[in-house]
Amino acid sequence: MNNTRRVFLKGTLTASALGVAAGAGLLTPRSVLAATSSWPKGAFQSTDFKEAMKQIDGSDSAESGHVTLRAPDIAENGAVVPVTMSSDLDNVVSLTLFAKGNPYPLNSSYTFSNGGLPYASSRIKLSKTMEVMAVARTADGKLYSASKQVKVTIGGCGG
Amino acid sequence: MPSNTIRIRAQVNSGTTEVKSLIKHPMETGLRKNKAGKTIPAHFIEQVTAELNGTQVMLANWSIGISKNPFLSFKVKGGKAGDTLKLSWADNKGETDSIETKLS
Repeated sequence: MNNTRRVFLKGTLTASALGVAAGAGLLTPRSVLAATSSWPKGAFQSTDFKEAMKQIDGSDSAESGHVTLRAPDIAENGAVVPVTMSSDLDNVVSLTLFAKGNPYPLNSSYTFSNGGLPYASSRIKLSKTMEVMAVARTADGKLYSASKQVKVTIGGCGG
Repeated sequence: MPSNTIRIRAQVNSGTTEVKSLIKHPMETGLRKNKAGKTIPAHFIEQVTAELNGTQVMLANWSIGISKNPFLSFKVKGGKAGDTLKLSWADNKGETDSIETKLS
């Protein structure tokens, strides 16, 4: 597993001009971290859950309800935890997932438009046992949430 | 640039399109150290976008907290067999890949 990652990194680093530039110190790590211009870097780099939520959703308080969060009660491997979030409201513009106990609590944020439905399913990393929370933001700026405690037996972020 | 990193399936079922995809990517956190004690640089997908017939329907902002070789499923209202769905990703090193598929 480690070997394939080493080979992959070696290949991409030598092949990509950006990698070479970064290696030569032409680009600061900060600018490398924002290759996509609309990526909300500040919120993703926040280590405080409430601060991250304020930055991404405009407020750190949400009413509970109208959001469904599916995640396992116990995750044996914290590196791969399946999480599905959805909402029964028809004016949801975004669904955001927070892993409150991770080093950077903002996990992912999905924006829907032109018929995109408020539903997203993915696999996430959890560093330890913690609460995960899904927040739906409606077109009129209201926030709704659902939370779930996930017990992790092997953490997913350590080396 | 990476190629053939995305596997995708998009199916229409009673007026709703469900898309399931798998992306090959290391999703390295930048918090791990290698055996020599040196930090492994972060390398992760920042954004995934989906377009149905050229119109954006979903934008995902991701972090280092998404698992390696990410799975993503989402749904779109409408769509019919033969429509084109395009999925693209871009990572923090400026690498990108995309794929187009017909709805079935």
